[in-house]
Amino acid sequence: MPKLLLMFLEFFKTGLFAVGGGLATIPFLREIGVRYGWYTMSDLSTMIAVSESTPGPMGVNMASYVGFSQYGVLGSIVVTLGLVLPSLIIICIIANFLEKFKEAKLVQQIFAGLKPAVVAFIAVATIDILVTTLFGDYTFSTFHWKQFICLFVLLALSKYKPKLHPIWFIVASAVVGIVFAF
Amino acid sequence: MKKLIQLYVSWFKMGLFTFGGGYAMLPMIQKEVIEKYHWATEDEVMDYYAIGQCTPGVIAVNTSTFIGYYQAGVPGAIAATLGVVTPSIIIISIIAGLITNFSSLAIVQHALNGIRVAVCMLMINAVLKLGKGNIKNKIGFLIFAVALIFAMFTKVSTVLLVIGAGIAGVVFSRIGWLKKNA
Repeated sequence: MPKLLLMFLEFFKTGLFAVGGGLATIPFLREIGVRYGWYTMSDLSTMIAVSESTPGPMGVNMASYVGFSQYGVLGSIVVTLGLVLPSLIIICIIANFLEKFKEAKLVQQIFAGLKPAVVAFIAVATIDILVTTLFGDYTFSTFHWKQFICLFVLLALSKYKPKLHPIWFIVASAVVGIVFAF
Repeated sequence: MKKLIQLYVSWFKMGLFTFGGGYAMLPMIQKEVIEKYHWATEDEVMDYYAIGQCTPGVIAVNTSTFIGYYQAGVPGAIAATLGVVTPSIIIISIIAGLITNFSSLAIVQHALNGIRVAVCMLMINAVLKLGKGNIKNKIGFLIFAVALIFAMFTKVSTVLLVIGAGIAGVVFSRIGWLKKNA
């Protein structure tokens, strides 16, 4: 089988079985690396680091990276499409199904229970990033006071200008981070 | 056709300015999808997140597929999905091709540390807003609290928590403790 096709299929499989977002793809990527030798484990850790520090969903970034490392831009496109194709198909089916049954009592009852849980997942993600930003990690051994002041200012600013697009906050805080060496 | 281009461009923008996982995209989705284009209500986005959490694939991508599908069927789903992954392909190709030590550059680290503060602020605001809209009674708060504790302190898979919350929704609705607009 041509290698590009094989890569497409391997990432299709990853997209089909990795449930729960970008981090869930890492064990799959590890296995692919071990089985085919397309990249070493040290390459993989570079890929993870770069995927975390560039915009875009992490799982997608990793697929783009693996594809690029083997076949340049073409590989990047093919492998990324392989990763997202399964969920594209599955979500279209579910969306179609949901459209028909969203008025059903059972479906509404299920979602009534799901909504508070999703808020909880988002709260946990928020706590994680808050702790990482202010203390580095959960050992709380350091305190990044510059970040703390910046967060305070940003929160106040967002109350004062609630309509401002999130993009501006992100761009501004990147500049502040560079200027004040966060 | 105009709708498809709009979907592609809007999701391209969201992909370009999302740092971190699918949850970090939420403030961007609130701005673009809910407030600017009215493609979905906050309520619906929460449903998509819940489904995206327990279906395979990257959560951010799954959400884009959902919204694209409801706006313009399968072509809409494809346009939105391609939009959200294109920035990754472009940026990763450039970085992987040119700057292999990208993530260890001091300026990148400072900028990312700055961006993380903005993401923190955006997510704190998002979670407070979502909490107000989605936790409307004591049972809702109970589900939220239990999900929070499990997600924060145990290794129980999120998929199981989503299923559990769905069952709780049905049970509490049936015994009349969880009314839709109570």
